[in-house]
Amino acid sequence: MDLSYTPEEEEFRARLREWLAKVLPGLPPKPDPEDWPGRRAYDLGWQRTLYDAGYADVHWGASPTTRLIFLEETEKAGAPYVGANFVGLLHAGPTIATEGTEEQRARWLAPILRGDEVWCQGFSEPDAGSDLAALRTRAWRDGDHYVVSGSKIWTSHAEVADWCELLVRTDPAAPRHRGITWLAMPMDAPGVTVRPLRTLAGSAEFAEVFLDEVRVPVANRVGAENDGWRVTMVTLSFERGTAFVGEVVACRRVLGDLARVAHRNGAWDDPELRRRLGRLNAEFRALWRLTQWNVSEAEGRGVPGVGGSVFKLRYSHARQELYDAAAAVLGPDALDLDRPWVLDRLSSLSYTIAAGTSQIQRNIVAERILGLPKGR
Amino acid sequence: MRFRLTGDQEALRAGMRELLGRRFDGAALRAAAGAPGRLDRGLWRELGAAGFFALRLPEADGGVGLGLPEAVLVFEEAGRALLPGPLAATHLAAADVPGAATGETVVARVDGGLVEWLAEADEVTGDASGAVPVRSVDPLTPLHRVPGPVPGPAPRPVPGPADPVAVLLTAAEQLGTATRACELAVQHARTRVQFGQPIGAFQAVKHLCAEMLVRAETARAAVYAAAVTSAPADIAAARLLADEAAVRGTRDCLQVHGGMGFTWESEVHLHLKRAWVRAQRAGSNAEGEEMLAAELLG
Repeated sequence: MDLSYTPEEEEFRARLREWLAKVLPGLPPKPDPEDWPGRRAYDLGWQRTLYDAGYADVHWGASPTTRLIFLEETEKAGAPYVGANFVGLLHAGPTIATEGTEEQRARWLAPILRGDEVWCQGFSEPDAGSDLAALRTRAWRDGDHYVVSGSKIWTSHAEVADWCELLVRTDPAAPRHRGITWLAMPMDAPGVTVRPLRTLAGSAEFAEVFLDEVRVPVANRVGAENDGWRVTMVTLSFERGTAFVGEVVACRRVLGDLARVAHRNGAWDDPELRRRLGRLNAEFRALWRLTQWNVSEAEGRGVPGVGGSVFKLRYSHARQELYDAAAAVLGPDALDLDRPWVLDRLSSLSYTIAAGTSQIQRNIVAERILGLPKGR
Repeated sequence: MRFRLTGDQEALRAGMRELLGRRFDGAALRAAAGAPGRLDRGLWRELGAAGFFALRLPEADGGVGLGLPEAVLVFEEAGRALLPGPLAATHLAAADVPGAATGETVVARVDGGLVEWLAEADEVTGDASGAVPVRSVDPLTPLHRVPGPVPGPAPRPVPGPADPVAVLLTAAEQLGTATRACELAVQHARTRVQFGQPIGAFQAVKHLCAEMLVRAETARAAVYAAAVTSAPADIAAARLLADEAAVRGTRDCLQVHGGMGFTWESEVHLHLKRAWVRAQRAGSNAEGEEMLAAELLG
């Protein structure tokens, strides 16, 4: 067991740090959260900056440890988040890289890396959330096109995306996992309607996407027809492992800030609150170690281990505990949306739901890791 | 970075698991529970010969010359097997008390207001004068209570903060218990049939088991990392998580076992009771939380 980094990894870290210190002061001001075109331009601009400096494919080409260092250092330096590049870099891109043809890789991968194109995800539907295989958006063949009708939900960046990685049902008669196909749909195709979805935090972070006889070339299909479920599982495994590195680093910083605010405003004198913050310190230290453990496992085995669900269960709960503790420190100020952490507290409520609810994650842990029988 | 067990560490863990499986199996566990207060001296010497107590002593002094990560692995196995005896106390005394390293001498240790295994010990670390026996909740851990600090001409010293190594080894034992509790619960959930199916097919049971694993694996990352860094904050964090994983894990294990879990015959209660005993050892959760809170202010 070794927690130290190799000389090459340390050199990567040092070079990255130096580069970040040089480049971050020159970035344009962060756009208003409601300004979608501004956000798109900002996020793509950052990806272009990474590309020019040789960091663009850190999510794909680099070792898990290098990726961990990259995410840790960019978070610590306050660099922009992956933002609108998320689906391209972490979902659609890896899928195309693994399952796409030579032509498809040439068409789509470079624009993702260069920060030219934005992707969004069309997986979930109003009646297919945790039970994704229940999706009903239909696609019929019409010559060299598919004609797609249905609706998708929880789609981030749909307003500004160029492409949508879309799951459609191509064979309603087949067993449900075997009638699904993966398509790359251009978002400017006729018949695509995007309606922003306001979350409980007040902002429109997601959208609903309505599809009315949208024509998608058959050439945009990745993998075989009706093999989309397997193709998608390749995508989903990329979400585990290093997915929360930056967030754990950020949570530890928030916790330190929280302790200092508590110390100033008198909340620190309450031993119960102090001990609560102390326990959160233990919690996030452990989550950082668990991240390092999972990354080492991924590095050793070549694939992200089963630790992803274990991590997500613990982390999503811990994040909510952190912002509940923040509310305890803030007192009445916790009701003021203009105070720091108040919006974060609201956002944290999605963590035990998004990307597999905690209940589904527990089923996964129990069935796939512990080997308990399937059944309800 | 390679935060995984090395081949040597895997072998050490497997060797200890093999020894304990052979010398302290389920039948031996039940026999020990039926004869409280007696320590198997033959097994103790075998542990000594296997290097359990001398693990961290330099090879020049007859030790094995390994470090805290290896110690944590063998203590985890001891916890998993529910091995009785003052393991940490004797391990910690290996350099100072003749015979402790080889398992010839059993060493007890005054810890807070309690001493485990005082009557059976050959030597005691700390001042055990005036100790009185307690009817111990754990049939596998005899306890004495030591009077608190009293003013007077020869005041008993107020105990300082717990030895970090004792804290970490206790956490490692708790991790072993948390792991074992999860295994026992899963075994039972797979085989116990109600309503025509294994109870492990029910989500309510499944989710209890999943949470046991999540707590154990989070604690594992914290305990192993603390063994690598030896940093006080890492050790305190490891202890808090391992205590939680062991105490809540054994409780949930009992719940999964239903009525059978409430019987003396089932071994589940022995794991729970030992987890309670260890949670009292080497400093309290409150001290750990206060220390980690202060650490946030830097």
